[in-house]
Amino acid sequence: MEPVLTKYVREPNSFELDFFLTHDGYQGLKKALAMQPNDVIEMVKASGLRGRGGAGFPTGMKWQFVDKKTPNPRYIACNADESEPGTFKDHLLMERNPHLMFEGCLIGCWAIGAKVAYIYIRGEFYHVQKILEDQLAKAYAKGYAGKNVMGSGWDCDIVLHRGAGAYEAGEETALIESLEGKRAQPRIKPPFPAVSGLYNCPTAVNNVETLCNLPSILTNGAEWFARLGPEKNGGPKLFCISGHVKKPGVYEASMNTTLQDLIFNYAGGIRDGHRLKAVIPGGSSVPILMPDQLDVPASFDAVQKAGSMLGSAGIIAMDETTCMVWVAKNLMHFYAHESCGKCTPCREGGDWLYKILDRIERGEGEVRDLDLLTSVSNNIAGKTLCAFGDAAATPPLTTLKNFRAEYEAHIREGRCPIPADWRAGTALAAAH
Amino acid sequence: MSFHPLMPYGEGWHKSDRIVAAEGQPFAFTPDRVRQLEEICGKYPPDRRKSAVLAALYFVQEQQGYLTANAMRHVAEFLRITPAEVEDVATYYVMFYRAPVGRYVLQVCRTLSCALGGAERVVEALSEKLGIKVGETDASGMFTLMEFECLGACDRAPVVMVNNEYWHERLTPENCSKFVDDIKVRGEAALSGCYLKVEN
Ligand SMILES: Cc1cc2nc3c(=O)[nH]c(=O)nc-3n(C[C@H](O)[C@H](O)[C@H](O)COP(=O)(O)O)c2cc1C
Ligand code: FES
Repeated sequence: MEPVLTKYVREPNSFELDFFLTHDGYQGLKKALAMQPNDVIEMVKASGLRGRGGAGFPTGMKWQFVDKKTPNPRYIACNADESEPGTFKDHLLMERNPHLMFEGCLIGCWAIGAKVAYIYIRGEFYHVQKILEDQLAKAYAKGYAGKNVMGSGWDCDIVLHRGAGAYEAGEETALIESLEGKRAQPRIKPPFPAVSGLYNCPTAVNNVETLCNLPSILTNGAEWFARLGPEKNGGPKLFCISGHVKKPGVYEASMNTTLQDLIFNYAGGIRDGHRLKAVIPGGSSVPILMPDQLDVPASFDAVQKAGSMLGSAGIIAMDETTCMVWVAKNLMHFYAHESCGKCTPCREGGDWLYKILDRIERGEGEVRDLDLLTSVSNNIAGKTLCAFGDAAATPPLTTLKNFRAEYEAHIREGRCPIPADWRAGTALAAAH
Repeated sequence: MSFHPLMPYGEGWHKSDRIVAAEGQPFAFTPDRVRQLEEICGKYPPDRRKSAVLAALYFVQEQQGYLTANAMRHVAEFLRITPAEVEDVATYYVMFYRAPVGRYVLQVCRTLSCALGGAERVVEALSEKLGIKVGETDASGMFTLMEFECLGACDRAPVVMVNNEYWHERLTPENCSKFVDDIKVRGEAALSGCYLKVEN
């Protein structure tokens, strides 16, 4: 598939407005502005575009749910919080193609009748934000944002909002809370943001990559987009591949491409002298797939059928030097640290799980700890306001399911069964 | 006593470390920052100045290095919200410092992809070089060492952020000593940056 989103990212000045304008920039917006907002929504629905932030929810449908009868303002909140471990695609898009995101935000605003798009960008991406500020000022100066957008008589603002380090701020209702100047903690749903979101006004929260797909849908048509991938999984997709592969990076491909192909061809396969042990296909929150489960298209539906989720398309490949108890412990540290603290099961349970995994990994675990892990995990999953709880329960549950023998070896031998000098993260690993 | 039948619930199993920042010196934003902050407030509805609280706290940090109770009260007045609302936010987000930090805060990513690439060894090497543990500042006041969670650049593991802003990619344990020495001499210019070199 010819790249769509990353076609020009290798050009040294691909982020500049002038470059963008000479490469079909803002043509999708121009088309949209000549259409009725509702027709834009219909077109996005027909394209089958699904959200790239993790849940894969159809974007057109989300926009249709936005309350259009309200006398209140409506908002687009662009989710540029990208914090799911293993994910770095929005980072690339914003750094190399910021105007594509701006154009997507504006198309979204036109479609749902919003006059402001807030881009919530994680605090750690300040180097990216500086590029965005610069380019946004140029877009304003040339009439692509602000008053009278592209001479249409329609006004629309884009505001960059810097976060300050919180994974949970990526969850859509927590993002809204954070935009309002509060702790990034989720709200009870319903009401969904489409009915009552930012400042209690109808809000569509869309991921950066999702919005970046809109201009090409407008210019090339819904059918073109749908045909790029399997049924209901159309369009180009960015895959972030990291871990023990030869060529980690962001790769654009259709969702017809198999996970196998992505890891072994696109990313060059596993580093020399090693073999694949396990793959996390959609960011740290999704279940592990084993090497014999990878011959499936990397689409939302096929990966789910294989027993995991495409999530944010953050593919982490691990070779045989990787201790799976250590993996679970590493990720559990993340979830325990990032829990927002609102729901008790996640706030307390995450910390417990980390401590249990830590003692097993150090060789101080007991056999009954395995049941304890399962029990605590199952008491978090599905028992919290947002999907963080399910995500937090995943590392222990999925590693126990696939690598129970490794846990038992830790407990039996009182140490990690993988020799210290070739464990992941030692000098040997650093040579990749 | 236990919340869970299989769970020993003793000393050290409960985390609660609410720290209120020290009073500090009297604080007021410089006129320039007042102007900039008013401009930022203008991007939100007039009755929603609170939305600018993160921006205001970043300004405090820019002006005096870290947050103090005096500064947080000033932010509250500025945004017409209560000091508790400011404290609530300041104690939640990890990029705000509530105590003095070194001139260079090294924020090493420790999450899975970076750890697969040796981040644990990087932390050890930096810790040894600087003679401090994670969370501490060295005697010269030049460096603070911190661990961060996934920074969103996992293909360039291990990644280090410096002072919430500057980035360095692919820091290996072997290079840590030189890395620190370079920063001492050249400051931020010693860092590789994270401006994508697309090399797929
Ligand atoms: C704990 C948690 C963290 C999330 N982090 C992100 C994130 O960093 N970026 C993102 O786009 N979506 C994130 N999401 C998904 C959002 O809640 C939401 O589904 C998404 O932004 C919707 O946009 P989309 O429909 O375009 O995918 C997260 C969800 C959860 C539960
Ligand atoms: S794991 Fe370190 S940047 Fe993602």
